[in-house]
Amino acid sequence: MDQFLLQLFIFFVASAIAVPIARKIGLGSVLGYLIAGIVIGPFGLSLISDVESVMHFTEFGVVMMLFLVGLELKPSMLWGMRIPILGMGGTQVIFSGLIVSLVLIVFIPWQQAVAAGLILALSSTAIVVQTLKEKNLINKSIGRSIFSVLLFQDLAVIPMLALLPLLSTEVVHHGESHSGSLIDISSLPGFLQLVIILFSILLVFIIGKYGSKPLFRAIAQTKIRELFVAASLSIIIGISLLMSIVGLSPALGTFIAGVVLAESEYRHELESDIEPFKGLLLGIFFISIGASLNFILIKNSALLVAAITAGFIILKFLVLFIISILFKIPKRERTFYAISLAGGGEFAFVLFQLAKSNGVLTSEVSEPFVSAVAISMFLSPFIIKLHDLALKSIKKDQKTEAEEDKICIKDRKVILAGFGQLGTDIGRFLLSAGIKPTILDNDASNIEVLRKFGFEVYYGDVTRLDLLESAGAGEAELIIITISDLEISKKLVELVSKHYPQIKIVANSTDMSSTFELMDLNVSVVRRESFGSALLYGQDILRILGIAPYDAYRLMRIFNKHNDEMINEMHKRKHDGMESFISGYRKQMNDLEELMKLDMEMESEELDRAWTGHNPEQ
Amino acid sequence: MNKILINFSHPAKSKSKINAALLKAVLGLESVTINDLYDNYPDFMIDIRREQALCEEHDVIIFLYPFYWYQAPSIVKEWLDLVLEHGWAYGSKGKSLKGKLFTLAITAGGDGLSYTKEGVNGFTINELISPFIATSNLCSMRWVEPFTVLGVHRGLPEKQLLTEAENFRSFILNLRDGEIKGERA
Repeated sequence: MDQFLLQLFIFFVASAIAVPIARKIGLGSVLGYLIAGIVIGPFGLSLISDVESVMHFTEFGVVMMLFLVGLELKPSMLWGMRIPILGMGGTQVIFSGLIVSLVLIVFIPWQQAVAAGLILALSSTAIVVQTLKEKNLINKSIGRSIFSVLLFQDLAVIPMLALLPLLSTEVVHHGESHSGSLIDISSLPGFLQLVIILFSILLVFIIGKYGSKPLFRAIAQTKIRELFVAASLSIIIGISLLMSIVGLSPALGTFIAGVVLAESEYRHELESDIEPFKGLLLGIFFISIGASLNFILIKNSALLVAAITAGFIILKFLVLFIISILFKIPKRERTFYAISLAGGGEFAFVLFQLAKSNGVLTSEVSEPFVSAVAISMFLSPFIIKLHDLALKSIKKDQKTEAEEDKICIKDRKVILAGFGQLGTDIGRFLLSAGIKPTILDNDASNIEVLRKFGFEVYYGDVTRLDLLESAGAGEAELIIITISDLEISKKLVELVSKHYPQIKIVANSTDMSSTFELMDLNVSVVRRESFGSALLYGQDILRILGIAPYDAYRLMRIFNKHNDEMINEMHKRKHDGMESFISGYRKQMNDLEELMKLDMEMESEELDRAWTGHNPEQ
Repeated sequence: MNKILINFSHPAKSKSKINAALLKAVLGLESVTINDLYDNYPDFMIDIRREQALCEEHDVIIFLYPFYWYQAPSIVKEWLDLVLEHGWAYGSKGKSLKGKLFTLAITAGGDGLSYTKEGVNGFTINELISPFIATSNLCSMRWVEPFTVLGVHRGLPEKQLLTEAENFRSFILNLRDGEIKGERA
């Protein structure tokens, strides 16, 4: 037990140190983990033992990752992107794999060459998506093109997982591994096996589509968080076990479950519950990859490793560049497209590991490849940076093209927290303007109804950072808070401005003092939720009293402007430190008194100024 | 150096190409102020005192807008109605605008031929904008021949658009540097 805790401690401390440093210097977290692994591994400080079994256990992180990839992919979105995904992605994987394999056949047996070629065709989703996010390209067309290739690669991993064992050249002893963990179906006749396999995939579908909803709903209503976590984990583990029994890849099973659940209202909740487990397991997995990098081998065969690295990067670059011409990617974006996808990816580690344990590749063959992939991943952020610099110097010479990307209103990322009366009306208004907000609400009973009306509503406690993260707060430009509980609003405002400083905040308040408290927190827009209706009522009332409709309207607008000015004025005065000792009800009354006094002084002169005011002869 | 106020008035500027190009050509020029009326007053609640102060601070007042139904977009009329008060802009005590240069920069769909007595539109541009000339006179301002881009109903080729923007820039620079004097009322 102590030994286990010590190992865990070393893993966590190493990543807590290495990952922030790596991110700070722009290398990304995957490389941070790898570096941490190298440092604590046998060629560094030699702090950990039994790397192999750690790696084997943490492979489960990959299963979780594919579940999350599935969750991201709504069937409708997959369908909409089918042409770039299949076209660009398919061509990339097939041709890169084929060409790299053809070159490798010269040196190693064909089975090994095919396996290595296919694995090297993959790029790093983690690194590339991170880069796209940093460069704000993820929603631009070039970002989408790159993303669809990555998507195809993620999907291609699944058949590869199934295909690799078939390329085996050695006999492996299937002792403790996949089959026979609980029940052995391999003794059954073939057609029965097939029926069982199809039946279990169907089961995954049914569980995802129909079984999960009432289950999650019942759990959500208990409001006990860890139950939800337990349920999410048990779905993934259960499906993995089921798939292992029938001899399919657990990754495939959880991926299907992910896609089925992608349209569920509990998607964000699932995502944020699984994410930390996936992150931890994958992190440790990457550390163990780093720890298992054989530096003696890299040193002894430095030339070989360098040749592999340079070789596959160049071959992939060429294939990608030709694809970018075929698919009519704009000229000045082609190099970026090809460069960003030319490196190796994290799945390569998984697949090389699998290829080794299935006897497809021996360690002597696979280790140089693993090292080459790791090195290419180290290099890719640098190459992209170099490319940026080169592009900048070219751009200086050329005349800057005057095409500015018009921001499509549909791509604006807005989060609407709280979906009561006010939230509903704001949401309806935004939808009518073509903006589809991501809606968060903590009342599970609202969700079913609202979804019936086509709203995208997710359930969860809005003041949880991980939920905000999975709702896309990282890319959001605005959050609208329509929660009437001031304490929750304030907590959320503080959380957002601390972790997502780029987000503008719009919040509602219920009374004057909460308006001021929210203004203290630098919220962009604070409105008292009843004030708007007071204005409309006022205008109606004046009209009924016989005031000309246009005068009533103008009086309303003038009063609104006056109110804005007064609120700002009073807030400024408060800020300068007076009257902060007055509290509670008394403060409320003081505010009102002051405001009313100012209302009395309001110059209604402004209405008189318009048109004939100073020119009585008309 | 004259200080120039450009009151830009386009109700759908996100769709505008030519006005946007003209505006861009003079953006950031020294002693040129751009006052986007539809941006500042989306509800037409024009801040009279702010607008009067702006006029007082500048030597040249220009309205830049697309020609709609032979007239300016409605906010320009609202601006004239509200801002040009008796006793400020005109009348025995209204001298605030006296001597300032006043003109328009207009883009219109029909070409030069259509804006003639014999053409489709039947009137010249100068006839159609005569209320502005009269306003200029009433407020004792000096009227300057307007800047026009005509024949834009099917858009303009990129190259011509650039030329027009460049022309507008020189027009503004000439006004700023006192090369254009204007006609006395």
